[in-house]
Amino acid sequence: MLDAKIPSGPIAEKWSRHKFEIKLVNPANRRKLSVIVVGTGLAGASAAASLSELGYRVKSFCIQDSPRRAHSIAAQGGINAAKNYQNDGDSVYRLFYDTIKGGDFRAREANVYRLAEVSENIIDQCVAQGVPFAREYSGYLSNRSFGGAQVSRTFYARGQTGQQLLLGAYGALMKEVARGNIEMFPRREMLDLVVVNNRAAGIICRNLITGEIERHAADAVVLATGGYGNVFYLSTNAKLSNATAIWRAHRRGAFFANPCFTQIHPTCIPVSGHYQSKLTLMSESLRNDGRIWVSRKKGDTRPPHEIPEEERWYYLEERYPSFGNLVPRDVASRAAKQVCDAGHGVKGGHAVYLDFRDAIRRHGRETIEEKYGNLFEMYERITGEDPYQTPMRIYPAVHYTMGGLWVDYNLMSTIPGLYVIGEANFSDHGANRLGASALMQGLADGYFILPVTIGDFFAGSGPAGIAADDAAFDDVEREVRDRITRLVECHGRRTVDEFHRELGLLLWDHCGMARNRQGLEKALRRIPEIREEYWKNVNVVGSPGTFNQVLERAGRVADYLEFAELMCLDALHREESCGGHFREEHQTEDGEAKRDDDRFCYVAAWEFTDVGAAPTLHKEALEFHEITPAQRSYK
Amino acid sequence: MSEKTMNLTLKVWRQEGPHVKGRFETYAAENISPDMSFLEMLDVVNTRLEQAGEEPIAFDSDCREGICGTCGAVVNGRAHGPLSATTLCQVHMRHFNDGDTIVIEPFRAEAFPIVKDLVVDRSALDRIISAGGYISVRTGEAPEAHAVPVSKRAAEEAMDAAACIGCGACVAACPNASASLFTAAKIIQLAKLPQGNIERRRRAIAMIQQMDKEGFGSCSKHYQCEAACPKGIKVSFITAMKSEYFKALVSKD
Repeated sequence: MLDAKIPSGPIAEKWSRHKFEIKLVNPANRRKLSVIVVGTGLAGASAAASLSELGYRVKSFCIQDSPRRAHSIAAQGGINAAKNYQNDGDSVYRLFYDTIKGGDFRAREANVYRLAEVSENIIDQCVAQGVPFAREYSGYLSNRSFGGAQVSRTFYARGQTGQQLLLGAYGALMKEVARGNIEMFPRREMLDLVVVNNRAAGIICRNLITGEIERHAADAVVLATGGYGNVFYLSTNAKLSNATAIWRAHRRGAFFANPCFTQIHPTCIPVSGHYQSKLTLMSESLRNDGRIWVSRKKGDTRPPHEIPEEERWYYLEERYPSFGNLVPRDVASRAAKQVCDAGHGVKGGHAVYLDFRDAIRRHGRETIEEKYGNLFEMYERITGEDPYQTPMRIYPAVHYTMGGLWVDYNLMSTIPGLYVIGEANFSDHGANRLGASALMQGLADGYFILPVTIGDFFAGSGPAGIAADDAAFDDVEREVRDRITRLVECHGRRTVDEFHRELGLLLWDHCGMARNRQGLEKALRRIPEIREEYWKNVNVVGSPGTFNQVLERAGRVADYLEFAELMCLDALHREESCGGHFREEHQTEDGEAKRDDDRFCYVAAWEFTDVGAAPTLHKEALEFHEITPAQRSYK
Repeated sequence: MSEKTMNLTLKVWRQEGPHVKGRFETYAAENISPDMSFLEMLDVVNTRLEQAGEEPIAFDSDCREGICGTCGAVVNGRAHGPLSATTLCQVHMRHFNDGDTIVIEPFRAEAFPIVKDLVVDRSALDRIISAGGYISVRTGEAPEAHAVPVSKRAAEEAMDAAACIGCGACVAACPNASASLFTAAKIIQLAKLPQGNIERRRRAIAMIQQMDKEGFGSCSKHYQCEAACPKGIKVSFITAMKSEYFKALVSKD
């Protein structure tokens, strides 16, 4: 059993008590300690800035050409916080409750409570940074509703909330760069972690412009490298988002928790052709005013305006009267799949309508335009259809990954000195994340949690004392170089993307919105075959010592081909349905997810053994002292 | 969705590195679906180059939904291509015709050295922000969010400016390669808000000085920046920035 190091005491006092009980590092000593932060999204940028403000020397790395471009920027709808500005009954406890229930009782209570607790500070911090949140005429902040909640607690900046929060964190980061306390390394890709004497000692990365392999040593390493959704090839993630950093850390000893918990977002623009390079999300906030429907008639080829009202099936409103179109993401996605599989999709295919006709009638086009104008424009650009006139066509797509590297209450992985924050860790969302909670978690980890908890580690363990010319760095660098050489010297016949597409489709079919034993076993047979072929038949053009985007992708796909196996294995082992993990063998009579709390009320944390070899399962028991697990109901 | 495909001719700028001479190369883009994005069209061309063992065209992209500011090229003489207020990744091929020739070049400016082909180094924009494009609040110092109300109008105007994605199209479009629109957007966003008021003088001077230092030209009101801006940032922010700057020069803060 894994020990999450959850502090004792009543849930509402754990975090304050812990902050008092953990050891501190005095300011003079902080100056002698260095921290590597990989990734500059909400979690990474906020952590780097906050650690630097405390006096630690920080090296910040990002894969993009500028830290301002990390994928947090694409989050549209908003950020949750338990401010209760609407006087609608919200509280820290309610946000905690909604998140635990939304996660289908597979998240750690103590972490989630802390998240809800610091949510209020996040809004304060962002406002002070100049984030232009939406406001009322009174000058006070506006809120809107998101899925899985019956209160309005979501703060937003038009449809660009992620962008504005990220630019706030990026500003804080650049302020510290200007002060000379953060050294910024853009266009770097972390290719491995260096561990010495069971402690993280640094990273090996590739300079994407020159192709040089670089070594960076530090007293602690923080991974804020996001999720692994791009393993599916098609997802709403940015093209550069990848799993290499966390996978390499896993291979070096960090346990990987709940990899099968992936979130399929219900409202994305459907796939239009084989050339498709990514999928585009339409914000969940649209479900505040849009109504989701399909034709009651199977294979109906009529255009939407010719389908009369009585033949329109508002399946979410019918099936979930109390939450209606605002059921959580996993529930909405599954329902869309079910109606489409049954032949009710748009023209019998894989799409449902998201219709604003009634909202436009009720509030007028201007109000809808003010709320969602940029999203409607984006939809029109991509599809060539005007959503003010004709309903949007949407379908679920891979969006977020709740699984990630296992961390304890202090956000430290199973490798001492290696911290994991934001989407890269597994911690707060259980088996399903609620909308507008990813931004909250990223900033909670980076601004308010990690900067405190890392001090406890330093106070106990001191500096690492390993320089970048240590023999351990030689060994890891050699492995990294050998791997690159193997890839470029393969001279095969298939492109990197062909392999990636093949893997993605296999996972979508068998480890996507619905999973079953037969399909997972099939995927588990097929993945090693694809992997074997990859190393014999991939074609990586260009040389390693230059700017080479094919080589970049080749390394990421090589890692996906290892990671995918773990994901399917985890899905196969979890013989229950919970949140986004829906095993067809385990459902209630009316097709809802059926948990098995007797057997699976734990976090599955996997330890790497070898490629293609069975990993070792470690369990962290989940204990619910506050909220009694029950079957989730949104009816 | 349409079934018809197009055949196009691309003339693409190829350049191995910053200090090597570049040239235009011609490629055929065949069987292009009108529903593809411009970048997906380039992906298709690149796949064919890879299959032929040739180096694909290097170009930057990340989110491919118009918000990260990573992508961008000059297409037929226009930064981000033919559509107004649209990043290149959001331009779809239905806006081109079968048989078209498309000329694709990088964002050119002295302050944006070429990395490879269509990829440029825009780190000068980060250094402008680093000079003062923020409010110097430390984590934990913030007062309760409602302690300082902000008028809806100020918040909306700040948001109009804050929508900048830092892609650099304004620089590429400007005959002087000025970064005024980019710099003004940040200065004005923060000047509109009460939280940004304390540092507004210092900020304006520091950011404008850094902009000059990076080798960007100055604004002589061609307004090409606004026309190219994928987020529709208004040139009126540049006028406001100049006013901020002159006020700052005479102020004693």
